Amino acid sequence: MGGMATDIKLIDENGKRIDGRSFDELRPIKIEAGILERADGSAYIEWGNNKIIAAVYGPREVYPKHMQDPSKAILRARYNMAAFSVDERKKPGPDRRSIELSLVISNALSSVVLLEQFPRTAIDVFIEVLQADAGTRIAGLTAASVALADAGIPMKDLIVGCAAGKVDDIVVLDLNKEEDNYGQADLPVAIIPRTKELVLFQMDGDMTFEEIERGLKMAIDASMKVYELQKEALKRKYINLAQEDEQQ
Amino acid sequence: MDKIREIVLPGDEIDLMGNKPGNGIYIDNGKAYVEYLGIKTIKSGYVNIIPLSGRYQPQKGDKVIGKVVDIMPSNWAVDINAPYLAPLHVNDTPWKVDFGDTGKYLNVGDTIIAKIMSVNEVKQVWLTMKEPGLRKLEGGHIITVSPTKVPRIIGKDGSMIKMLKEMTDSRIYVGQNGVIWIDGSIDAILKVVGAIRIIEKEAHIIGLTDRVKDYLSKNKKGD
Repeated sequence: MGGMATDIKLIDENGKRIDGRSFDELRPIKIEAGILERADGSAYIEWGNNKIIAAVYGPREVYPKHMQDPSKAILRARYNMAAFSVDERKKPGPDRRSIELSLVISNALSSVVLLEQFPRTAIDVFIEVLQADAGTRIAGLTAASVALADAGIPMKDLIVGCAAGKVDDIVVLDLNKEEDNYGQADLPVAIIPRTKELVLFQMDGDMTFEEIERGLKMAIDASMKVYELQKEALKRKYINLAQEDEQQ
Repeated sequence: MDKIREIVLPGDEIDLMGNKPGNGIYIDNGKAYVEYLGIKTIKSGYVNIIPLSGRYQPQKGDKVIGKVVDIMPSNWAVDINAPYLAPLHVNDTPWKVDFGDTGKYLNVGDTIIAKIMSVNEVKQVWLTMKEPGLRKLEGGHIITVSPTKVPRIIGKDGSMIKMLKEMTDSRIYVGQNGVIWIDGSIDAILKVVGAIRIIEKEAHIIGLTDRVKDYLSKNKKGD
């Protein structure tokens, strides 16, 4: 990352990337809602080779008690990578990276959830990365927002994201592992789809201002495609329940 | 019922069609949007969203089953499967309780049927037992279902619950919070639990009542 000197060619003469995608193409995405029995809400996402489970519990009592807020709920997200999610075994437990990602994901989700409706409670979101292949924070956030909707938690909108980046001096969409490791920059973006407000925006590496603008636009356009998949996943689970209600 | 029911998701814009916004709808820039996943319904001039999932939200007047989790000198704390513990004050019970004697009447681990007396704007809940039928539950078995399934288990005008009671010869009480109390012989309890799990899983498939009836009569013969 960050402009490491290598002789690996990530984009060939025809403009195709190493996995055969063009510069503005997403990896295949599959989302499923409500996969866990015990959680209040859950979701599973496969984004390229990423495999991530998100689970939501709450609103429930806050422990430790001193953390509770008498005016609103607190939202606590925990991003965790399984030891077997990467090539070399990851030491289990929170590290600097996952603590930071937990924080930015918590902040992003807090901006849409209507926390004032549940004073003195906590909403816990657990994001478990089972298999990682670059772009896990955005895939995890996308799954977490489906899990929150599945748990029936009031929110202004879903949250959806996508990453852009720079590889071989070209701005590309949705980096995979090789492009993330040997490319020049990574630009994760998450938005509220209705208003297109940014709720998460980070950059690792170097890009010029024009490149960032181009990457941002590409990521927002791609996010809207992922948003449709999110809605479809939720409707697929609940279409049966709606029919049941019609019978009554 | 030929009203069109559509599933709505958080952030979906909805057309109020001259109605007022009800539950589960927020207004932004003069437009109405959905707050949580549910079904859109229009009733007496209000557009409401009926939730399809989620925790139990206490409503005034609901009869719930709760478990006593803590005793204080003049009240009990009751877990009613909601985001908050609900207190029950000694003045709201049918007994005359002296200060500090709360443990003589209800102890930690006891289960009660109570009514939600009030819910205020910061979601604080108060329970009452001062009404016929509200009591401490002795014996029996407790199971929990999602509160959104409670209307299915009760059935139209209580038809489903009546069938369960009659065919298994058991006593059943369904709390609005999704907690169900069943009393009877061990066989009867197991039968009712099995039937409720069928209702939970297959509520949306047509012919539910017949299937539950089948299940109950099959088990009656002892197989």
